[in-house]
Amino acid sequence: MLRVTDLHAKVEEQEILKGVDLEVGAGEVHAVMGPNGSGKSTLAQVLAGKEDYEITAGSLELDGEDLQEMAPEERAHAGLFLAFQYPVEIPGVGNSYFLKAAVNANRKARGEPELDAMDFLKLLRERATLVDVDEALLRRPVNDGFSGGEKKRNEILQMAVLEPRLAVLDETDSGLDIDALKTVAAGVNALRAENRAFVVITHYQRLLNYIVPDHVHVLLDGRIVRSGGSELAHELEEKGYGGFDGARAEA
Amino acid sequence: MPTATDTIEALTERDYEYGFVTDVEQDTAPPGLSEEIIAFISAKKNEPQWLLDWRLQAYRGWLKMVEPRWANVRYEPVDYQSICYYAAPKSDDDRPKSLDEIDPEILATYEKLGIPLKEQEMLAGVAVDAVFDSVSVATTFREKLSELGVIFCSFSEAVQDHPELVRKYLGTVVPRRDNFFAALNSAVFSDGSFVYIPKGVRCPMELSTYFRINAMNTGQFERTLIIADEGSYVSYLEGCTAPMRDENQLHAAVVELVAHEDAQIKYSTVQNWYPGDKEGVGGIYNFVTKRGLCEGRRSKISWTQVETGSAVTWKYPSCILRGDDSVGEFYSVAVSNNRQQADTGTKMVHVGKRTSSTIISKGISAGEGQNTYRGQVRILRSAEDARNFSQCDSMLIGDRCGAHTFPYIDVANPTARMEHEASTSKIGEDQIFYCNQRGIDTEDAVSMIVNGFCKEVFRELPMEFAVEAQKLLEVSLEGSVG
Repeated sequence: MLRVTDLHAKVEEQEILKGVDLEVGAGEVHAVMGPNGSGKSTLAQVLAGKEDYEITAGSLELDGEDLQEMAPEERAHAGLFLAFQYPVEIPGVGNSYFLKAAVNANRKARGEPELDAMDFLKLLRERATLVDVDEALLRRPVNDGFSGGEKKRNEILQMAVLEPRLAVLDETDSGLDIDALKTVAAGVNALRAENRAFVVITHYQRLLNYIVPDHVHVLLDGRIVRSGGSELAHELEEKGYGGFDGARAEA
Repeated sequence: MPTATDTIEALTERDYEYGFVTDVEQDTAPPGLSEEIIAFISAKKNEPQWLLDWRLQAYRGWLKMVEPRWANVRYEPVDYQSICYYAAPKSDDDRPKSLDEIDPEILATYEKLGIPLKEQEMLAGVAVDAVFDSVSVATTFREKLSELGVIFCSFSEAVQDHPELVRKYLGTVVPRRDNFFAALNSAVFSDGSFVYIPKGVRCPMELSTYFRINAMNTGQFERTLIIADEGSYVSYLEGCTAPMRDENQLHAAVVELVAHEDAQIKYSTVQNWYPGDKEGVGGIYNFVTKRGLCEGRRSKISWTQVETGSAVTWKYPSCILRGDDSVGEFYSVAVSNNRQQADTGTKMVHVGKRTSSTIISKGISAGEGQNTYRGQVRILRSAEDARNFSQCDSMLIGDRCGAHTFPYIDVANPTARMEHEASTSKIGEDQIFYCNQRGIDTEDAVSMIVNGFCKEVFRELPMEFAVEAQKLLEVSLEGSVG
């Protein structure tokens, strides 16, 4: 589904990604782990098409289509979803209004009929229940005045409503207490499906106790230095990223 | 792949969509200003001697005044002798009794603006006093209103039919020599609306006037007077669009509101005059004096304005809170795009005890627009326990525009409670990217973000107006983020 080949990317003349290869198949959950500054968030932003990042080499494909040729909203229409590490506040714009606009923009782009207010509300309520989000959150402005935990839950709710093909979760666990973490993980697990893939980007192994990945990749200094099964996450927990310095030298 | 910035640029550079000129023969005065011209205007309108004298007094005062330069706007000096001070459609002598009698071309103009009077009459429940240039050409719902004793007519008609009310109130809120532009207006005002709501009457419908500037080279000088007698309520809507043109046009209106004991006046404006082209050529100068007097106890005046048009705007709808426990409110959205300049805000003068005022101002600057909030809150010594809350937010779209805030606070009574909040934000690439990532394109994202920013003001507008305001905002911001 997602194929990243020898991806090099820079921001403000500084090279961050130095040749990333990643292949994610339908139904799979991949974890990308790494310390601060390893390029995890850059990878997420590049996938979503943030214009500050310049791709200097390599390719990005979603279902065989070149993502680099697509504007951020076109990537969304193609089924790419990014759960932001720092969800953006949009004061004065109602959360459910925003989601309805998003759902219908995607439906329109895909040639599907737009949902009317009633149908949308039904969908929204159903999804809010699925990912255990309080309806009160829906009536507030997008992320405005939300606590850290509420913002992350709201990202999961948006994901549940937009039903992406590929969801990238950028440090969704950061700043969450254990209860919020469990809720977020349960939401993700509820959305796991055969035709949907996840890339879970995280610093800590903790989240992976609740979202058990099929594959784990270690990202260090802009390269994936090791890949393995879910046991790799536990190894990281014990040894820390320092233990992979040797692996980086080999790579 | 088009960037957010490109799309926004493309949006800002769209042309004014409501530009067109209707060809109606005018019965105009020769250009220039003199006592003879004022006498001509007064005679044309068959005015009583006292009103002519009043105009002439204003004119003589104006001659001694100097055009103010303190506003944070720049424009070519106005040549007051090249302006025509009177224009009326030919059919003036034969005032129409219904829409059927109105020049079809005038009706077509309204149709183009999307404000078909007939449909509004039936559908919207809005009584429309349409001002086409200087003379009112249509007044509707008058009969229904008159059953309640509500007077809603053109200012000229009020002079003929209710001279005692006009004489009693004219100039009591904005004195004829109040300021340069108010004095000019007092000397040459053409027409406008007159509203009187009798004691205890709640006006059952929104009163609405559509203004339109439509005669080449004709400055328009509206004069509006609204009186809400004890315990009454009225909501008045003012909205306008204008045809595209080449020469700068001066618009110097005066609006006076009087609210007696327990009365409430809600005055809403959506202003979309021609802002000039992208270089700022040909736009309208909008120098307006709007002031409300909360004369009686517990009276309330609310100004809500959405200012998207004009090349230069200079406007401070104000409240004088004389009655004890009276309330003044000001809600404003002002947009300046391309070369537009807006210096707008409010004055709240607290005279009575326990008076309170609220100011919510949202300034949006885009392109090379300059947006200034200028507000004054004065608490006089007599105003025990007065309160004010002010919030002035500015949004910048792109990096060539400017936002300025000049709040003046003048407190002479130590019991006053004052709160002032101000913020300036740049419409974020991050916000736009977030919307894009959810599948929303940049144009829709900008409009959504801006509408969210203005929400506190839009919700003060009557429903139909709020929709129109949002639409106007979208049109005026097309071409503006960065």
